[in-house]
Amino acid sequence: MSTTPSAFAADLAARRMPPAGGFNLTALRLEIRRLLRNRRTVIITIIFPVFFFLIFGLNKAYASDKIGHGNEAAFIMVSLGLYGAVFAATSAGAMVSIERAQGWSRQLRLTPLSPVAYILMKVLTALVLGAGSVAVVLIAGALTNKASMPAYLWVVSGLSVWVGSLLFAAFGLLMGFLLPAENVIQLMSLMLTLLSFAGGLFIPISQFPQTVQDICKWTPLYGLNQLVHTPLLGTGVDWTWVVNVLAWLVIFVGGAALRFRQDTSRV
Amino acid sequence: MTVTRTDSGTWPASGTVPPAIELAGVRKHFGQVRAVDGIDMTVASGEIVAFLGPNGAGKTSTIDIVLGLSRPDSGSVSVYGMAPRRAIAHGLISAVMQTGGLLKDLTVYETVEYTASLFAHSQSPREALSRAGIAEIADRRVGKCSGGEQQRLRFAMALMPDPELLVLDEPTTGMDVEGRRNFWSAIRKDAEQGRTVLFATHYLEEADAYADRIVLVRHGKIVADGTASEIKAMAAGRTVRATLPGAAEADLRDVPGAEVVEVRGETVLIHSKDSDATARYLLTQTAARDLEVTARGIEDAFIALTGDDTHSAATHSAGTGTAATDSAASAGAI
Repeated sequence: MSTTPSAFAADLAARRMPPAGGFNLTALRLEIRRLLRNRRTVIITIIFPVFFFLIFGLNKAYASDKIGHGNEAAFIMVSLGLYGAVFAATSAGAMVSIERAQGWSRQLRLTPLSPVAYILMKVLTALVLGAGSVAVVLIAGALTNKASMPAYLWVVSGLSVWVGSLLFAAFGLLMGFLLPAENVIQLMSLMLTLLSFAGGLFIPISQFPQTVQDICKWTPLYGLNQLVHTPLLGTGVDWTWVVNVLAWLVIFVGGAALRFRQDTSRV
Repeated sequence: MTVTRTDSGTWPASGTVPPAIELAGVRKHFGQVRAVDGIDMTVASGEIVAFLGPNGAGKTSTIDIVLGLSRPDSGSVSVYGMAPRRAIAHGLISAVMQTGGLLKDLTVYETVEYTASLFAHSQSPREALSRAGIAEIADRRVGKCSGGEQQRLRFAMALMPDPELLVLDEPTTGMDVEGRRNFWSAIRKDAEQGRTVLFATHYLEEADAYADRIVLVRHGKIVADGTASEIKAMAAGRTVRATLPGAAEADLRDVPGAEVVEVRGETVLIHSKDSDATARYLLTQTAARDLEVTARGIEDAFIALTGDDTHSAATHSAGTGTAATDSAASAGAI
C-alpha cells in the first residue's frame, strides 16, 4: 500500500511467492490436529484395531499356534495393523470431500498454496495417522505378550503395513473427489469393511466358497494383505499380489488425479 | 493513463503504478445465460469501488474472474498488470467471499494461522484478529461462530498477506444491522491505510456510504459508473407530471432538464434533473396544467437503472450517457 510509483514497484518486487508451493509444517500440524479432533476417525483408526486384536488375536484356541517365523497372534496383529492404517489413510484422503463441500478448497485457491502441495499435505497427514494406528496395534501386541516373531519382523511388518497404507490414501482422495460430503464417511466405512473381508484381513478367504475366493483376489486389499504378511510367513511373493497392488495404485492415483484436474480447471 | 501489461512474467516497469484491476471486453457465458456481457473497467490503486447491482447482475461472476477462480470466455483481465493467479501467489490480492470457505472444526485462531502459513509474508494472526474485531473469540470453533463473526474471520484471513487489493463479494449478506455496521467500520478503518477495495453489494446505502466510486451493473453490463455523488445526482432527479393535450414525446425531448419523457394520453411524465427549469418551461411555454413535481428517491433510481421493465430501459440508456462521461473522468484521474 504505497503511494509513489517507485515505492510501489519496490513493494511489488518485495512480494515473493512462498517456497515449496506453500507447503509448510504449520499447516500440516493443523491438518493432523483436525483429523485427531474427529472422534469417529480416532475411534475407528486407533481404538477399533486394538479392540479387535484383543478379541481375536489373543484367543487361546489358536493364538500361540506357530505360523511362519512367528505365531497366529502376530499374524492377526499385522492384519489389524493394516486395517487401522488403511482406515487412517483413507480417512485423511477423504477429508477433501468435506473441504470441497465447505468451500475450503475454493478458499485455498485464493492463497499461493499449489494443488500439488495440498495433496502432499493430505498424504503426509494420512501417513502420520497411519503410523499412529500401526504403532498402537504393535504396542498392544507387545504388551499382551502373546504375539511372537523375531524383532526384525516387528519392524519390517510395521513398516510395510505403514508404507502399503499409502495405496489407500490415494483411494481416500479418489473417494473424496467422487462422493458427496454428507455420505463420504459412512460409504467409506462400509466399503473398507467389505474390502477388509474380501482381502482376508478378518478371516482367511480360504474359508469362503471357491467362487467368492476368486472374486476376492481381484479386490484392492487382497494383494496388499498378502504382501505385508510375506515377511512373517517367510513364503515367496506371488507376482499376482504385486500386480493387484500396482493395478489398484494406478486406478486410484489416476482417478484422483483426473478428478483433481477437473476440479481445479472447472473454473 | 499508462497501462502496463506484464502477463508474460516481468514486473511492471518502475515509475508506473499499474491499475489495480483492468478488465477489457470480459464476457462469460453459463449455457444460454450471459452472466458477464462485455465489461470494461479500470480500478486505480487506492480507489474504493462499489460494484452495485441486483442479484443475478453478474457481480459474483465478474469477481470470480478478477480473482482467477474463473476464466472469461473472451476479453482480458489483469491485476496490477499480472494474471490474477500470479497476483494471488504474490499476495497482492485477497478476497472475502460471501459464504463458505471456512472449516468448521478449526478454531478462529487456527484458521487465520493456517492461512498465514501459506504466504511468503504475512501479518501476525493475533494482529489480524484484533483488526477484524474478533480477538476475543480466537479460541472458538468456527462452526460455533455467528454469521457476522464468520464474516469478520474471512476478513481477518484476507488481511494476512497485507494485500494491495481487497475484493469483497456481498460481504454483509445475512448480517443484522449491528453486524453490518461493525463489519464496515473494520473495513473502513483498514482502507484508510490506502488499500484498494472492490466490493460487490446490492445494498445501495452500503455503496453510498463506503465507496469513492460506484459501478452499477445490470445483466452483465455496466450501466453507470461514477462517484457516489454523481450517481446520486443522476438518481436524485424529480418527475414532473402535467396534463398537456396533444403532446408528442419527440417535441418534449428538448424541454430543459428533461432526461426521459413519457406521454400517456393527455398526461406527460418528464423525468428531470432540473425540475424547476422543466416546470417553468412547461408552465410558460406550453399549455400544460395540473403540474405536479415528485421527488424520486435514490432507491427508485437504483431500481430504474437496474430494473427490468421497458420504462427503466429508457432511463438506463440515459444513465449510460452519464456513465460514459464518468468513465472518461475516472480514467483521466489515473
